[in-house]
Amino acid sequence: MEPKIRFQNVSYFYGDRPALRGVTLDIPPNAITVIFGPAGGGKTTLLRLINRLNDEVEGTRMTGRVLLDGQDIYTPGVDVPLLRRRVGMVFALPLPLPGTVRENILYGPKLAGVRDQARLDEILERSLRLAALWDEVKDRLDDPASRLSGGQQQRLCIARSLAMEPEVLLLDEPTSGLDPISTGKVEEALQELKHQYTIVIVPHSVQQAARVADYAAFFLMGELVECQPGRDLFTTPRDRRTEDYITGRFG
Amino acid sequence: MSNRHRIQRLGFILLGLISLIVVMPILFVIGNIVVQGIGAINWEFLTAMPRGGMKEGGIFPAIVGTLLLVLGTAVVAIPVGIGGAIYLAEYARDTLWTRILRLAIINLAGVPSVVYGLFGLGLFVLFLQFGVSVLAGSLTLAIMTLPVIISTAEEALRAVPGEFRLVSASLGGTRWQGIRYIVLPQALPGIITGIILGLLRAAGETAPILFTAAAFYLPRIPRSLLEPTMALPYHLYVISTQVPGMPPRVQYGTALVLLTIVLSMNAVAAIIRSYFRRRREW
Ligand SMILES: Nc1ncnc2c1ncn2[C@@H]1O[C@H](COP(=O)(O)OP(=O)(O)OP(=O)(O)O)[C@@H](O)[C@H]1O
Ligand SMILES: [Mg+2]
Repeated sequence: MEPKIRFQNVSYFYGDRPALRGVTLDIPPNAITVIFGPAGGGKTTLLRLINRLNDEVEGTRMTGRVLLDGQDIYTPGVDVPLLRRRVGMVFALPLPLPGTVRENILYGPKLAGVRDQARLDEILERSLRLAALWDEVKDRLDDPASRLSGGQQQRLCIARSLAMEPEVLLLDEPTSGLDPISTGKVEEALQELKHQYTIVIVPHSVQQAARVADYAAFFLMGELVECQPGRDLFTTPRDRRTEDYITGRFG
Repeated sequence: MSNRHRIQRLGFILLGLISLIVVMPILFVIGNIVVQGIGAINWEFLTAMPRGGMKEGGIFPAIVGTLLLVLGTAVVAIPVGIGGAIYLAEYARDTLWTRILRLAIINLAGVPSVVYGLFGLGLFVLFLQFGVSVLAGSLTLAIMTLPVIISTAEEALRAVPGEFRLVSASLGGTRWQGIRYIVLPQALPGIITGIILGLLRAAGETAPILFTAAAFYLPRIPRSLLEPTMALPYHLYVISTQVPGMPPRVQYGTALVLLTIVLSMNAVAAIIRSYFRRRREW
């Protein structure tokens, strides 16, 4: 199958400091790809290159190419807001926008120009159901989003991304602030979602990486050490450094 | 009662006394103006033209003039001020140029108001030939209030967490959409406070309108923006220093009206702030 996303020899610099070094990586569609490794390895940077969110950071430089469906997303003339509708993102902390549950979910679709009320209602219910949140909030749609629990807020953020009907969903340590039960709910939701979406996730632990990975890519100091199907990487890693990290022998 | 509690108690009493000392003079000034001026306030005083060498009749044209000048200031200073603040807080990169700009704004806020008056005289009254007029006065007051409005609004915009901008962008919002729908509404209470503080200063200052807008004695409402007008602070100055034998009742009455306008604008600012604070959810 054609890879959904391709990194071709991508290097990325904050000022002079490299955050990614010559990364070449294919991400397949309709699967969960896990990006993991120690802190500062460039995982967040890699994710934010896919929706060009790093455009907002000043003083950076990139070489190489990032392709989405075979198209270079860094060629001049790319419609960046449109790209970000195709590539949704969930952040490490739940970041509800000011306003109600409903306003949060419909923020993206309204910016995209959806005006029809019936259509908006449909998007609202569909995305909350996909994020496994509908039953918990269906009577609280017009409550401030900040009144939801942390776990609910994070699923709200997932639902908010899904409301854009994206093709790719990027999640950067989406469960780092959540308790095990909420984490379980998010992971379950992801297992359902992968049938329709390409999912790239930075997990908050090696255990989570092993639980959710269809494919896993191990990053160390900006370098891709190896990428394999999850069941292979976590049982028989090819690289010594990967093995050290997943067995906890890493300094 | 333990020793520690006794010391704490003493501290509270001391702090209470200090704050009393701080507010005493203010209360005294306000109280004095109210007591001495309240007798002058009646329907005629508020709605009639001045008569008899301004010793009789009312101060209607001065009230209207001040309101007109404040309105004119608002029309110019609010959009320009908010626009400037958005540029500085959201778009401008941190360059030498923007640093100079910021420094200039901060310093402009401290420039004495008479300097603005002279600047307005040179630019608006003489060079642009608006004459001594409501227009020239409003523009001068607008320039005087802009630094206050810009710097408070910029601060309010910067206080909105950066994550909101990132979330908006990640949902396909342009930078402007993020500002328009998320950042600005969150910053609004701070921005409004700055606007009202700026306009308060505009309402109360004499020096900036002295050469640009104020008429010594003009017992009618200006017919166009290019006419001069009476205004409360200048009128107060005139009847306090330039007209011999002025009854103090009229002077205090005029001061009371000016004070009431200024204090009620302040109250509006406080209400708006507390209203938004209760609604804010982060
Ligand atoms: N905005 C920035 N400005 C400068 N340097 C940055 C910036 N963001 C990241 N970096 C640097 O780039 C490198 C990679 O950071 P990145 O956030 O991508 O790592 P990460 O793998 O996501 O780490 P973590 O597990 O801690 O989230 C780090 O050395 C970091 O200090
Ligand atoms: Mg990270």
